[in-house]
Amino acid sequence: MSDRFISIEGIARRFPTRSGEPVTIFEDLSLSIARGDFVCIIGHSGCGKSTVLNVLAGLDQPDAGFVFIDGKQITAPGLDRAVIFQSHALLPWKTALGNVAYAVASRWPSLKKAEINARAQRAIDLVGLHGAEMKRPAELSGGMRQRVGIARALSIEPKILLMDEPFSALDALTRGALQDEVRRICRDTGQTLFMITHDVDEAMYLADKIVLMTNGPGAMIAEIVENPLPQERKRDEIHRHPDYYPLRNHLIDFLVTRSVTFRNDMPAGYDRKKPPVVKPRAQTPTMA
Amino acid sequence: MASAAPLSLRAGVLSLLIFAIFALAWHMATRGGPAGPAMDPEYAKLMGATATQGKSAMPGPLEVGAKLIEHLRHPFYDHGPNDKGLGVQLAFSMLRVAAGYGLAVLVAIPLGFLIGMSPLMNKALDPFIQIMKPVSPLAWMPLALYTIKDSGLSAIFVIFICSLWPMLVNTAFGVSGVRKEWLNVARTLEVGPWRRAFTVILPAAAPTIFTGMRISIGIAWLVIVAAEMLVGGTGIGYFVWNEWNNLSITNVIIAILLIGVVGMLLDQLLARAARAVTFPE
Repeated sequence: MSDRFISIEGIARRFPTRSGEPVTIFEDLSLSIARGDFVCIIGHSGCGKSTVLNVLAGLDQPDAGFVFIDGKQITAPGLDRAVIFQSHALLPWKTALGNVAYAVASRWPSLKKAEINARAQRAIDLVGLHGAEMKRPAELSGGMRQRVGIARALSIEPKILLMDEPFSALDALTRGALQDEVRRICRDTGQTLFMITHDVDEAMYLADKIVLMTNGPGAMIAEIVENPLPQERKRDEIHRHPDYYPLRNHLIDFLVTRSVTFRNDMPAGYDRKKPPVVKPRAQTPTMA
Repeated sequence: MASAAPLSLRAGVLSLLIFAIFALAWHMATRGGPAGPAMDPEYAKLMGATATQGKSAMPGPLEVGAKLIEHLRHPFYDHGPNDKGLGVQLAFSMLRVAAGYGLAVLVAIPLGFLIGMSPLMNKALDPFIQIMKPVSPLAWMPLALYTIKDSGLSAIFVIFICSLWPMLVNTAFGVSGVRKEWLNVARTLEVGPWRRAFTVILPAAAPTIFTGMRISIGIAWLVIVAAEMLVGGTGIGYFVWNEWNNLSITNVIIAILLIGVVGMLLDQLLARAARAVTFPE
């Protein structure tokens, strides 16, 4: 990839264990992401995908290697990156608007209160929560809380949105609605987005690129799958696209078998620093 | 159950019934019995009604009630050092509690914040807190009297020292237990340490802090009675001891009742404040 908007360069993370021998979650992990990309990272629990996201967020420090965002090294959390937490992480004593306004006031401390609230209200409206802005998180449904979390993240106009399984705690209907919402917002604003999921269908529907991680400890990025599905995706139509099943089979094959066997069965010429990019498509003569 | 009356009404009726039975039993137990053996009238005069008419020294509910009404009619009179209205005595006690408790709030909450935020301070101060916490506050009294040399201030110091520990421990506990995800929100938003303390940690720990404040006010109100018995002069504790010396059991019973009522009001006040800062999750 030529545009290295996000560049992860050989990071490693080790955690101490009771026996004294630290366990290596991953090491020498490299990945770059272009501006405006929607990247999903997929892997089993414990493969370290959350750790990668926390390192990108600056909430966790790698034991080796570097992370650059837009040419600047990341060593601490910052307002150029917004995190949408799995558990929404709203402050329960503030209203929906108050939660978003808190982020806006942190991003632009010199703004007047009226302007802060106006910006917060715009973010609330953007995620379709108009009318619920004065409610506290406890009065909102799970889906609405996650919407507030998304509004809070969008309100600070970050360079990157980082999402840690944001929809995993929601029911299927709400999840679908929020996926549509996130996809629409990202396409409208050209937002760069890095998202963790373990839901193959979610990754296929949302992502431009899907990063496959093998099982930990010692997890590796096996490959980067380019999504062959067209940019215009309709939830009720994409499963009829000829490339749909080749992609889905590829992902599921990976999760079921290759995530375990990859370590002992690496493709020839595999380079950790530059994981191969693949694009599973229907077997047609046009494929070059 | 198809009972029509709501629970609180039924409970209220039952409370009244229990009180009526208690008052009746009290009345029966303390009313005058048959006269004792005849004795010399001069001697009988010295002994008083208790010995001569078989009347109990313990006042009955009617006497206590009449005396209570009399006290409530004139709560704020002041006829010299040994004869002040109950309102005046309670006000003295409450002022002492307010002063000692207020000082304890000023020390315990910032110090609790420090202990809660810093694992180092937590570990370093823990042995002191663990040893000082179980000490009866009255054990400090001689030390306070010796160093402060003022009985009124010593009582305030004793209130301070007994209110300190629950607030300190609860503040530290509340602050150290703030959910990591809320702190992470503050970190990703680059919120500075002071703003984080006031906008994230304080509201998150407020319910725990108020629980500590509520425990403290209860202990302070318990201790003030004992402290005033020791230091004397004014206050409801002194009143109780003074009336015991006067052998006025009626006044002692009335004081017990009023100490209970004021303690309940203080507790309710803090409970209300705690509810106001508690957030549903």
